[in-house]
Amino acid sequence: MPAFYLEALTVLLGLGLLMFDAFGPATNKKLVGVAAVLGLTTILAASFFAVGPASAPDAYWAKWSMWQFYQLDGTAQFFKAFALVCTILVILMAIDYRPMLVKFTSEAGREAGTGEYYALPVLACAGMMWMASARDLVSIFVALELVTITFYVLVAYMRRNVGSLEAGVKYLILGALSTGFLVYGIAWIYGMTGTTNLAEISLRLANTAQPVPLVPLLFGIALVLVALGFKVGAVPMQIWIPDVYQGAPSPTTAFLSVGSKAAGFVVLIHFLEPFLAHELTRGPVLTILGLLAAVTLLFGNLAAIPQSNFKRLLAYSSIAHAGFLLLALATGALGTATSLAAWQVVSFYLATYLLMTLAAFFILNLVRIQRGAEDLAAFNGLGKTNPVLALALTLVMAALAGVPLTAGFVGKFLVFQLAVVAGLWWGVVIAFIGVAAGFYYYLKVVRAMYWNAPADGQKPIATPPITRVVLIVLCAAIVIFGVIPMPVLRAINWHSAAAAQVVADPR
Amino acid sequence: MLALLILIPILAAAAILLGAPSRSTAMVAAVLNLALGFYAALTWRADWNSSLQVFETPDIHLAFGFISGVSAVMVLLTVIVTLAAVMSGKAPEGRERLYFASSLLIAAGALGAFISTDLFFFYAFHELALIPTFLMIGLLGRGERTQAAWKITIYLAFGSIVLLAGLVWLASLAGTFSIPEMRTAAATGTLVIPVATQTSIAFLLIVGFGTLISLFPFHSWAAPAYASAPAPTAMLHAGVLKKFGLYGLLLIAVPLVPAGMAALLVPLLVLLLGNIIWVGYVTVNQKRLDLMLGNSSVMHMGYIFLAIAALVADPTNTLAIPAAAVLMFAHGASIALLFALTDKIERRTGTLELADLGGLAKAAPSLAFLFGLAGMASIGLPGLANFAGEVLVFLATFQNFAPAEGFGPVQIATIISLWGVVLSALYMLRAFRRTFQGPELPAFARVADLHWCEKIAPVLLALPLLAVGVYPNLLLSLLRGSLS
Repeated sequence: MPAFYLEALTVLLGLGLLMFDAFGPATNKKLVGVAAVLGLTTILAASFFAVGPASAPDAYWAKWSMWQFYQLDGTAQFFKAFALVCTILVILMAIDYRPMLVKFTSEAGREAGTGEYYALPVLACAGMMWMASARDLVSIFVALELVTITFYVLVAYMRRNVGSLEAGVKYLILGALSTGFLVYGIAWIYGMTGTTNLAEISLRLANTAQPVPLVPLLFGIALVLVALGFKVGAVPMQIWIPDVYQGAPSPTTAFLSVGSKAAGFVVLIHFLEPFLAHELTRGPVLTILGLLAAVTLLFGNLAAIPQSNFKRLLAYSSIAHAGFLLLALATGALGTATSLAAWQVVSFYLATYLLMTLAAFFILNLVRIQRGAEDLAAFNGLGKTNPVLALALTLVMAALAGVPLTAGFVGKFLVFQLAVVAGLWWGVVIAFIGVAAGFYYYLKVVRAMYWNAPADGQKPIATPPITRVVLIVLCAAIVIFGVIPMPVLRAINWHSAAAAQVVADPR
Repeated sequence: MLALLILIPILAAAAILLGAPSRSTAMVAAVLNLALGFYAALTWRADWNSSLQVFETPDIHLAFGFISGVSAVMVLLTVIVTLAAVMSGKAPEGRERLYFASSLLIAAGALGAFISTDLFFFYAFHELALIPTFLMIGLLGRGERTQAAWKITIYLAFGSIVLLAGLVWLASLAGTFSIPEMRTAAATGTLVIPVATQTSIAFLLIVGFGTLISLFPFHSWAAPAYASAPAPTAMLHAGVLKKFGLYGLLLIAVPLVPAGMAALLVPLLVLLLGNIIWVGYVTVNQKRLDLMLGNSSVMHMGYIFLAIAALVADPTNTLAIPAAAVLMFAHGASIALLFALTDKIERRTGTLELADLGGLAKAAPSLAFLFGLAGMASIGLPGLANFAGEVLVFLATFQNFAPAEGFGPVQIATIISLWGVVLSALYMLRAFRRTFQGPELPAFARVADLHWCEKIAPVLLALPLLAVGVYPNLLLSLLRGSLS
């Protein structure tokens, strides 16, 4: 099956779900969500049978012009699965989030207006999957816009909630601004290299007989980096994050902070590939990335310290994690026998980040719905009323902070290793400051749960079955991948290894 | 099979958190571990080692084994102190699960660090032990517990992070995470690191490990933390977990970056004299028994550092490693015993202010005897294990000493540090006198002596002190096999 059938299937699934929402039962929209999860799971299974060229198409693949701007290498394969898993979990989260959706969308007690909330993430997922494979600036742009426009709706979905609407407006304005930067940057790069295809840009840069003018090219690269910085939440393009994260419905926030960020990073990896491969641009691009990483790490971690709202804390935490990911990219590591390449570390880190962040949002939703607030104070005494839930959240926070023997530590460890091997000592120092600050603000949640007494008459929180099962799976994965992280690495390398085998064995 | 040493306490802790009877489960696990630990340390069965690859690039293994005889000694110390810690101390009403599960997790982390032969897990297990330590101090501690918990968290997180940088740098230069492989490569000369790089790594390791060991001037977290920690936590941290740093310096830093450590020898000596003399004076001025013990534990780290310094100055020194190992064992057992007994004193009298105590020996003779034994051990009375350790340290510093060349920095530091012996005698004897001797205070006339079942844990710790003190070969024979 050609790989792009996956995106086609996903789009069809999204459209089908919209139809189902329009013509299916009006009172019970849970079915739409369940159908979306089942459909996406099928596509996830199918994604293991997808085929496509891992690099620029050879004679066999070149017969179909589609492969000129669509490839299926290891990164693409991994991030397609990543986007699917993330979307499935987000929709599961949304199913348990129905009480809030119902409260803020239509008249109390009716689910009639909430069906699209399960269909739109599927369309965003199609965009993210396409971003993972896009090898042409134009197709990158189109996929990115599909994701962004879907998110405009998802962020402002709770239309009777002022916070959600405010978040929607902020995201719309800044999203549009970043789109402008992206198009403008693409135009400059096209102007300097004469192509929008990343493989051809690489060829053009390799042609040293007619060198590409460096300054205008760097200007274009910088503009595109600004636009992608909006997506991944790099300082100084992070200003929208705290407000939008806080205002948007929590499943949307989770989707933004995991899916959208990961898609931003996979585009960043592919976009940077040609520029990091050539001496001309490698140095300046790494400098820009290093600067971004440094300020993002410092801002994200230090600004998280005074937060008292858990959702806002997670917003700053997502900026901080973007800093670690950027630091991995800033090493420009190509991979050796004893250390991974930057893209592998970024993939690994994002995989662990997905587990931890989604688990945190699942628990946040329980507290939000049943205690009616998202402040850290709402977690007071959780250790007394819900010992097991508190233990799970402690584990998740410890993993986010990077405590060893959790998946979060392995990701940070790999980033540190890259930085140390690459000799980025300033990066190591700043990352250490970030980790130390992280210990403080993540453990603040733990402190609230165990140190502070619950409010009078506080009842234990009930855990609905979907949330319970997902949380058990996520927490188990956090511990297992913290001790034995090999399966994640295997998953990242799976397609590359398969491709390498094909090359070695030309049957 | 060595992996069982870690699995038993972890599984027991999980069972306790999920609802198993806490005290009895913890006791069973600790007893099982004691038997297993003794057998493992005495037999050194190679078929008990295990290795499981958990990551490909970089090549990381979940591997267990003894790196050297020091690992075996530390395992022995850990299993003994763990059982004593679980037996002594009393969990506050309603928090038994947290109390016993945390103690077991600290023990599991410490054991994991001492039997891991992979740098990644060596580091990771130690961190695993720190989290329950912070929780126990913050949740179940006494006095200014929140402040003490934050202080120890910030200091040790800082130390661990600096340490991680040093270890990752070292591993990336060595191209492997296996500690035995690195040590072999360094010993056979296949691993050559430039001196300037070695010095930077040694600096990171000294600051990192040093913060964890409470090396002067990174020591100020220790006394308040031990003073407010519940008894088992203080016993396990001061007795066992703190030895992680010394163990790391001895088995990783000195063999792998010898030139770097040698370049930092004089600063290291100055700092360790800070531990012995400066902290010694601070200890003399303490007004509370628990703070005094906490500071004395910081001070005694200086002597073990002195053994490490002797090894740094002269890598052929054959006495330094045995000296450090014996002293680590002796200090661990004696400080754990002192913290256990201090807890008993506080439960009986309700105070640890030295000014308010007095005359307890009349009402509680066996408490006084055991405390006296532990106190004498910790100041190095001959016949007890600490004496053997300290004498070995002083001998080690003068091994291969050529009088014609005059005193080197290590010898000078040794001579100054001998004053510390006087200081320890001063504060420990004074504390004993103020607590147990003098006129019996009417308030304490009805204080109960140790019940026989309360004596098991202290005796468990006191026996090795006596045995090793009388016949140090019990421990040294464990080391000798590994030195060849």
